[in-house]
Amino acid sequence: MWALLIRDLTLAVRAGGGFGLSLAFFLIVVVLVPFGVGPQSDVLARIAPGILWVGALLACLLSLDRVFHLDFEDGSLDLLATSPLPLEGVVVIKALAHWLTTGLPLALIAPALAVLLNLPGPGYLWLFVSLALGTPALSMIGAFGAGLTVGLKRGGLLLSLLVLPLYVPTLIFGAEIVRRAVDAQAIGTPLAMLAGLTLAAWACLPFATAAAIRINLR
Amino acid sequence: MEISVTDLSCARGGLPVLSGVSFQLQAGQALVLRGPNGIGKTTLLRTIAGLQPATAGQVQMPEDCVAYAGHADGLKAGLSVEQNLRFWASVYGQREISAAVGAFALTPLLDRLAHDLSAGQKRRLGLARLLVTGRPLWIFDEPTVSLDAENTRLFAEMVDRHLQGGGMALMATHIDMGLSQARVLDLTLFKADLTALAQDSFLDEGV
Repeated sequence: MWALLIRDLTLAVRAGGGFGLSLAFFLIVVVLVPFGVGPQSDVLARIAPGILWVGALLACLLSLDRVFHLDFEDGSLDLLATSPLPLEGVVVIKALAHWLTTGLPLALIAPALAVLLNLPGPGYLWLFVSLALGTPALSMIGAFGAGLTVGLKRGGLLLSLLVLPLYVPTLIFGAEIVRRAVDAQAIGTPLAMLAGLTLAAWACLPFATAAAIRINLR
Repeated sequence: MEISVTDLSCARGGLPVLSGVSFQLQAGQALVLRGPNGIGKTTLLRTIAGLQPATAGQVQMPEDCVAYAGHADGLKAGLSVEQNLRFWASVYGQREISAAVGAFALTPLLDRLAHDLSAGQKRRLGLARLLVTGRPLWIFDEPTVSLDAENTRLFAEMVDRHLQGGGMALMATHIDMGLSQARVLDLTLFKADLTALAQDSFLDEGV
């Protein structure tokens, strides 16, 4: 199991691994929005939580088709499916590797980029917390979509369309945490909902994803 | 250890290709599948490896005994030869990769990225991978594609050693490798009868 995680992390940071792609996309979105919206700092501050969350979500989406497709193409997925590792475990490790190379760096870089959007002071901590808590769900749901579309050439479009509606609850509760933190309101409810979404995704989707991959390998 | 396949039928893309395939394989034996393109060699091998379900019949074998080597080698271009071997060794809970390195004279290539290997070198690495699995039944799908005569001989030696050690091998190949313990199974005998299917189909009822 750990060997697979280390292999995926090594491949992600090597040339062509796509590690920086999500971060660069996130950076571009956050840098460009203030130019598009104009120099009204109160407007920027109001839309900052939403922009940051949408940007992180789209950046996450960008690297999803790599989760299983590369392994499918070079035959590794066949070999992993016949190996002693349970396919459910392979899915968990792959989603974890995706989160470590996408979701976690996004959560870490988001507070720094939030400065560009004039996010009010109390929001910074909760922006990091909400992204750190919510992006694992994005990775797992994305791995599920990647598992469903693994046999398709150029499955990226279908993958995005399948996954986007499933991302909506995470986006709503994640951005809501930051918005409420900025307005000094209670954040307990959206925080609990977001944590619940993440836990539910990691508890249920590995089995569904493994089943989808088995069907696609036939 | 014994593997027995009874009355196995398998389908590709919803169409039955083979039916009633039966054979037994004892420890130390190899079976070579023969047949023209499209007869269903790959489909049969994938079914036995557990990658797709059989439409009828059964495969009896001890749990966790298959190591599968398909058309693709399953190598990561961004990792070195040694990293590729070590990865698969640890997936199968093994530590030693020297046997695999020795079998195909891979020592000079160990630090080379798999991306920089020639097709034949990649195939050698893909076949050497089977030695780090520690599994008794090796399933090969066209193993000698892009291997030269010398490496085909090394491959035959590797399989022979595996058989002498009580292993088993099942392979689809068109060339004769001179394996000492190999039997040949001609799959044209088991070609699925598509005319029978056409009569059974619900389309006839609809007409």
